[in-house]
Amino acid sequence: MTAQVAAVFAPGLFSSEAVHIAAGVGALVAVVTSVVGVFTVIRGQSFAGEALGDIGATGGSGAYLVAVGPLWGFVVGNVIAAGAMELIGIQRPRGRDLATGIVLGASIGLAALFLYLTTTSQSTTGAAVTILFGSVFAITSSTVPMIALLSAIVLATMLAIYRPLLLSTVSFDMASSRGIHVRIVGALYLFALALATALAAITIGTILSTALLIGPAATAVRLTKRPVLAILTGAAIGIATMWVGIVLAYDSYEWPPEGNGWPVSFFVVTLIFIAYLLSGLFALRKPRRSPGPTERSGAAAPAAES
Amino acid sequence: MFSGFMVNAWTVASIVAVVAGVVGFFTVMRGSAFAAHAIPNGSFAGAAGASLIGASTLLGLGVFSLSGALGIGLLSRRGRHDVATALALVVMLALGALFLSWSEEYAPAVYSLLFGEVLGIASNEVAPTAILGGLCLLAVAILYRPLMLSSVLPESGRARGISAFRMEMSFLLVLGLATTMTVPVVGTLLIFSLMIGAPAAARSFTDRPFVAMLLSVAIALLIVWFAIAASYESNYPVGFFVGTASAASYAVGRLWEAQRARRHKGARPR
Repeated sequence: MTAQVAAVFAPGLFSSEAVHIAAGVGALVAVVTSVVGVFTVIRGQSFAGEALGDIGATGGSGAYLVAVGPLWGFVVGNVIAAGAMELIGIQRPRGRDLATGIVLGASIGLAALFLYLTTTSQSTTGAAVTILFGSVFAITSSTVPMIALLSAIVLATMLAIYRPLLLSTVSFDMASSRGIHVRIVGALYLFALALATALAAITIGTILSTALLIGPAATAVRLTKRPVLAILTGAAIGIATMWVGIVLAYDSYEWPPEGNGWPVSFFVVTLIFIAYLLSGLFALRKPRRSPGPTERSGAAAPAAES
Repeated sequence: MFSGFMVNAWTVASIVAVVAGVVGFFTVMRGSAFAAHAIPNGSFAGAAGASLIGASTLLGLGVFSLSGALGIGLLSRRGRHDVATALALVVMLALGALFLSWSEEYAPAVYSLLFGEVLGIASNEVAPTAILGGLCLLAVAILYRPLMLSSVLPESGRARGISAFRMEMSFLLVLGLATTMTVPVVGTLLIFSLMIGAPAAARSFTDRPFVAMLLSVAIALLIVWFAIAASYESNYPVGFFVGTASAASYAVGRLWEAQRARRHKGARPR
């Protein structure tokens, strides 16, 4: 029995400080991204989430250039980009796609410049890879308070706008007729999304941050139609995949090729994808009933378009 | 600036701009910006995998961008389109991360794949780009009428019996093909700004689809020519100039539109 346990949990797993931090931060970020992610999925704003993740790479490379921590770069870059998207017109479903795309394209151009300057001035060619594929094991204990603070800000923002946001997500017209400032609520949500993406980026790397934001939430939304239940399910799936991913990545130092661990992000994303596919099977087996709240909210975005 | 290896850069970049202008026009009309971002971005994993097993980069890119296109199309049959795109993208990227972690000396190559290295194009890369670019334009020409109809007026396309799923699938495959040819040249990330910025700007200047498509090609050509010249003079990366010039062209388009709306007292509803 102990042999099997030792095979799954490699020796040193529970005593390593890096693993402790990774497990703690991973769980916290999984909760935060699930709260924001469920809304991202039902509002149909995955592209904005993905774009903010990539824009984090611009912020991260800018942070390298001025020699501050990448998390600062992610946060500043994402908040500026979210502001630009809001100004160009992300609130209109018709222009949403383009607003996101234009900001993303411009910011990638800047990332190219920043990375070029970093490489020429500091001769660290690894900067691009570190920023793009950052690892949860690389988080130092000095970054943890900042991560906790950002998480608290996101959760507080989401709590403050929860009801008006839900209403304006399900029915834009009903929300505005009840006197909700739909645009302000949308902008605050975008702010929370920007911070949540920054957190996801520091955990599994900028270009994979979308997986943590969208994957567990999309799986949860397929399983349940109640928003609160979906957030809790999403958080549970997120935490589970993060922890299993960490254990597998720790084990993978023993796997081929020699002396080279497999990236945590690879395991996390693969597990999230498997969870999503399985939830599809579950949704397939459930008998079709009359359209529930999620289905209606899914139709809300195209309905607002016409 | 126009001698030796620079001739290759000008030729290949112009081919890429024409294809990006045409394919990008349909991307903007269909609202497929996310797919246009996801397929090139995810296909970089193919290049990483190809370098790992010693296969040709073009082959790796081709396999990944076409399977990415298929994956997005199939996943979105059941489930939300944007979620499907996001998940297909991250699965490809996760594989890319895995391939990268297996091969040690790949880090500098990542940069050139993501952001492109148009000034370093060898003569033997010109022919494959031209052939793939021709294939892309041919596919668009064959699909032109149904694709245009289903992009501009989806309802009337459906009424005429054009299958939305088959059109979407064909379009995604064209996008995959365009990706395969453009990624080695301008990088996975920048083909996107070219495909979005130029057509979005073109659409602000005219309402007629065919004119907008030609204008989109012209703007894309101007952007890459400017970017190559500026990059040659300043030594800064081409990607930086492509990205910012695309955004700037869109800004000019929006200003033009606002100006015209003011002149016509906001008569044109959008």
